Amino acid sequence: MSIAWYLTLAALLFAVGAGGVLVRRNPLVVLLCLELMLNAGNLALLGFARMWGDGAGQVFALVVMVIAACEVVVGLGIVVAMHRLRLPIDVDELRGLRG
Amino acid sequence: MLAEQILFLLAAAVALAGAFGVVAARNPFYSVLALVVHLIALAVLFLLLRAEFIAAAQVVVYAGAVMVMYLFVVAYVGGDEEKLGDQRSPLVATFGPLFALALFVELAIAVAGSGLAALDSEGSGAPGFGSPGAVGELLLERFLLPFEAVSLLLLAAAVGAVVLARRRRGLEDLEAELASEPALVEPLSPTAALPVRAGVRGGW
Repeated sequence: MSIAWYLTLAALLFAVGAGGVLVRRNPLVVLLCLELMLNAGNLALLGFARMWGDGAGQVFALVVMVIAACEVVVGLGIVVAMHRLRLPIDVDELRGLRG
Repeated sequence: MLAEQILFLLAAAVALAGAFGVVAARNPFYSVLALVVHLIALAVLFLLLRAEFIAAAQVVVYAGAVMVMYLFVVAYVGGDEEKLGDQRSPLVATFGPLFALALFVELAIAVAGSGLAALDSEGSGAPGFGSPGAVGELLLERFLLPFEAVSLLLLAAAVGAVVLARRRRGLEDLEAELASEPALVEPLSPTAALPVRAGVRGGW
């Protein structure tokens, strides 16, 4: 099984996630699409780790999982705070930082 | 060998279907469930790449704990149902998928041009490669400093989430102030619960 198959799949999943980030308006779904992109990166990392027979890529993948968990926690905290403030849960409506 | 290829194709198809489900589902709740399917299929792929520990962590921590937290927040906030590209500006709705396609083509060209096709995933691996023991040894010997840094980051994120999401007086004052402002725009549909107020357009 060539490693290129795994990398192509990772590229495809990453592109799907990137498209989702651009197209969707609900910040919850945007966060989910970010997860898709991070997991595609993980797949590529593990593919390379297998290719070299080196565990460093697996440790890197673990670190990426931790970073994803941090990102989710902070993102969900912001969404809950927005809900408390009765702000619209919609990335198009929140344009205060656009300048 | 053949079994590995069949398993790869099956898991890849399920992972792709899950990814498209995340992007296309109208209800955020279904998006989260599609992501759980996607993550489990990815764990199968990780197993094929001899990353047993990462696959187990993926299922237990990611598809288990993180996604349950997600479901709680989705149930609490209750995002509105939304069509794909619904009311997005037409520019974004057309160029978003085009951009994603261009990104995939570019990455695929990079993979195809790199000569990686000659290498296969059967490559040399020490016995016990990817087992919890091997990963733990790496974490505590070669990568001790990154390991500690990541644990500190996790702590900081946890504290940050508590600070962000807690109730506090300042927020409630602001809430009362927002509610007292006159509505600028009436809700678009009866299902959109809240009118748009001046503070939303102006200050936030």
